[in-house]
Amino acid sequence: MIYGAILAGGSGTRMHITSMPKQFLPLDKKPIIIHTLEKMLTCSRFDAVYLGIHPSWMAHMADLLEKYELEDERVRLAPGGENRNDTIFNIIDEIEKDFGKIEDDDIIVTHDAVRPFVTLRVLEDNINAAINFGACDTVVPATDTIVKSHDGVDVSEIPDRKIMYQGQTPQSFNIKLLKEHYAKLKPSEKAILTDACKICVMRGTPVKLVDGEISNMKITTVTDYKIAQVLVGGEKESD
Amino acid sequence: MINYIYQLVNPQFISVKYEDTNIDGKVLVRPKYMSICQADQRYYLGNRDLKTLSKKLPMALIHECCGEVLQDKSGTFKQGDRVVLIPNVPGPECEGIYENYRNGSKFLSSGYDGFMCEFVAMHPRQLVAVPDIPYQTATMCELFSVALHAVKRLDLAAHKHRDTIGIWGDGSMAFMIACAVKAKMPKSRIVVVGRNARKLSRFSFVSETYLTYTVPAGLCIDHAFECAGGEGCYDAIRDIIAHIKPQGTIGLLGVSENYVSIDTRNILEKGLTLVGSSRSGRAEFLEAAQLMKTQRIRRRLGTIIHEDEPVKSIEDIHRVFATDLNTPFKTVFEWRL
Repeated sequence: MIYGAILAGGSGTRMHITSMPKQFLPLDKKPIIIHTLEKMLTCSRFDAVYLGIHPSWMAHMADLLEKYELEDERVRLAPGGENRNDTIFNIIDEIEKDFGKIEDDDIIVTHDAVRPFVTLRVLEDNINAAINFGACDTVVPATDTIVKSHDGVDVSEIPDRKIMYQGQTPQSFNIKLLKEHYAKLKPSEKAILTDACKICVMRGTPVKLVDGEISNMKITTVTDYKIAQVLVGGEKESD
Repeated sequence: MINYIYQLVNPQFISVKYEDTNIDGKVLVRPKYMSICQADQRYYLGNRDLKTLSKKLPMALIHECCGEVLQDKSGTFKQGDRVVLIPNVPGPECEGIYENYRNGSKFLSSGYDGFMCEFVAMHPRQLVAVPDIPYQTATMCELFSVALHAVKRLDLAAHKHRDTIGIWGDGSMAFMIACAVKAKMPKSRIVVVGRNARKLSRFSFVSETYLTYTVPAGLCIDHAFECAGGEGCYDAIRDIIAHIKPQGTIGLLGVSENYVSIDTRNILEKGLTLVGSSRSGRAEFLEAAQLMKTQRIRRRLGTIIHEDEPVKSIEDIHRVFATDLNTPFKTVFEWRL
């Protein structure tokens, strides 16, 4: 089985626009998360698409599904966790409740709710890479030089830009592999995880690169939001 | 849902437009294979007058396309159905006027976005299921439907004699017309006149082929199709008028950017009929899909296809248009954007 997992557990504090989490803000005529869900649902290879939602916003999300006529049997809700990986594992728990024991070839394609510009091509490439290699990460080559600083004051290192990529989502995994690796991590290792691919990297499992799109941007800041509005030709939102 | 539309902004310059495409009541289709038409190539290279270009661009190219149904809430199609997309969007009904000539009709990829998109939202009426036809060959459906429309129009306008049908031109349109005539007028002798011996050799199923300078002086034809287009229009029409029998009908299909002077004296003397024909409608798409179920016809259409590498980036779009300049007939490619 192939599962989609839209990660929307965040509270949107970086936006400063409103108390509403950023994934629920409108982009053109619909909330960002609806654009993302619609795109995931057009990919017929998904057997189910889970939405990992902050518990306080579950009712709101259910209302949106009704409003936009997306109460598809493939769409399921799962409670968001404390962090990204908690949300992913909550979704995996829900998958096991809904579909039974995880099989050896089950795949999960995890995607940020706030990346509505994902394309079908990127989703399909992720599914294929996860099936063939067990784990993959969507990236674009870094265009800005990456500067490393340990103290936030002085430059410690400037890595060669040619080997630098910017990570996007989806990140996709064989579910069994991901669970096994996560179970073996020490609490100290879990504490420094910023994304799910790192679980595999820390356990020495190769993670294949999938070509992303520059436009597959993460709408995190007010500027990102304004750019996204301009891209789809929607009304500008003032902060 | 956000759609990626790959628009030609200026000749040889493609940019992505992101659009929240309304899919209510429409069938959602993922384009899978496309074929380049001369009209696309003219836009791409900028070989149209500046006024036309500035009016029509930016615009997504390609109107010869087949795809896979992603979802259809109308229940007409199932997810995964293979379909050919009809680029003509008919205007208001007008008795006796074909949908492709009606006022208010739109043509996708001529002033409106064509099929170079991540997905296309189409009215069910604009799709024809082609379950048993390979994707590559299914892209020929549009051009074949144009040929069938032209043959139908000539058939309705012409007198009853169909002994010899002449076709001037040796490109893709001429090939399709020859296929359509072979299917619809099987007893007719088909004569093709062209300028390129290598291209003429592909017309293996017609009765005779001639290079323009080897046409026998005594060649007589009942009716003819002009498919030369461009600079060749003038010579082709002149030669057709010379070889056609009295009261013959000439189907004109070749597009020229120039005004073409024609021998009106002989048109009047012979009592000829000229029938202009372009594009097609749903009826001809259905007929094309039906005829393409016959393996022999399907294989014949497939002989003029050159399949290029899949398109996975904007750079690849430029590559297929460059390839098309060096292929004798149709350039077909898988669309993976």
